[in-house]
Amino acid sequence: MQKRYIKNENMLSREENLSLREKRVLVVGCGGLGGHLIEQLARLGIGHITAIDGDVFDESNLNRQLLCHVDNIGQPKALVAREHTARVNPDVKVTAIHAFLDESNAEEIISGHDVICDALDNMTTRLLVQQYAEKLRIPMVYGAIAGWYGQVTTIFPGDNILGSIYQGGSNKGIEQELGNPSFTPALVASIEVSEVVKIIIGRGQLLRNRFLMINTLDQEYEVFDI
Amino acid sequence: MQIKVRLFATLREGRGKEQMMDFADIATPQAIFDRLDIPSADVAILLINGFDGKFDQPLKDGDTVSIFPPVGGG
Repeated sequence: MQKRYIKNENMLSREENLSLREKRVLVVGCGGLGGHLIEQLARLGIGHITAIDGDVFDESNLNRQLLCHVDNIGQPKALVAREHTARVNPDVKVTAIHAFLDESNAEEIISGHDVICDALDNMTTRLLVQQYAEKLRIPMVYGAIAGWYGQVTTIFPGDNILGSIYQGGSNKGIEQELGNPSFTPALVASIEVSEVVKIIIGRGQLLRNRFLMINTLDQEYEVFDI
Repeated sequence: MQIKVRLFATLREGRGKEQMMDFADIATPQAIFDRLDIPSADVAILLINGFDGKFDQPLKDGDTVSIFPPVGGG
């Protein structure tokens, strides 16, 4: 075991640690959630990360997006994610895709992964990801943030959680009014990564058919069985 | 009949976290929205006793209705 992974070995067995090296995780979105997801997945030693985002960094991202720095404003988020990961853990292979995921490319991009991490900012694309995750039989970890609030759930093929639970057709949420601070993306992304690890090692209780509602304003964390 | 109403995130602003609501006869989640002045478009997730509910679903005495606004950022 390489020295860099020694501190992972007290909670994950050697076999579990090694199994992470064999896995391919897709992170859809390289912004607030995505930056933290990619950073944490890389430090864990996930073997292959695909990072997709069609956007470039903007000054307004500096308040919360881990990969956004004053010297990379205007650069593609996905490409920055690949450069950053190479500095954090060169063992990790990163495929960077500077494009938005849509109906035309979803199947090709999603196929071949073991787990999908949602770091999107709209429901339309989340539903598209869930649709192709279902078709390609890949588990998906959903995360969403808005101001003080966050949500996480884990969706296996056939669960169709997003289609069944979401009312109406709102594509965006209360983040339009509240914005997003530095801490909510880090919190929600961390919980998403813990779900990814448990999916891979097959141990622990997932948020499958359960919805975690996070409220950091009142410090309430509630899991709903759904 | 009495319905327990639980509000989440920004829906709490000016309305509080939780309240018991009295209805003389038929109650639905839509009637709760109307009484609390919550536009239907502001409701993304509606749970009745922890299960996915419909806006026009008849409620029973003692039901708990949990109402969540849309959260979509990343």
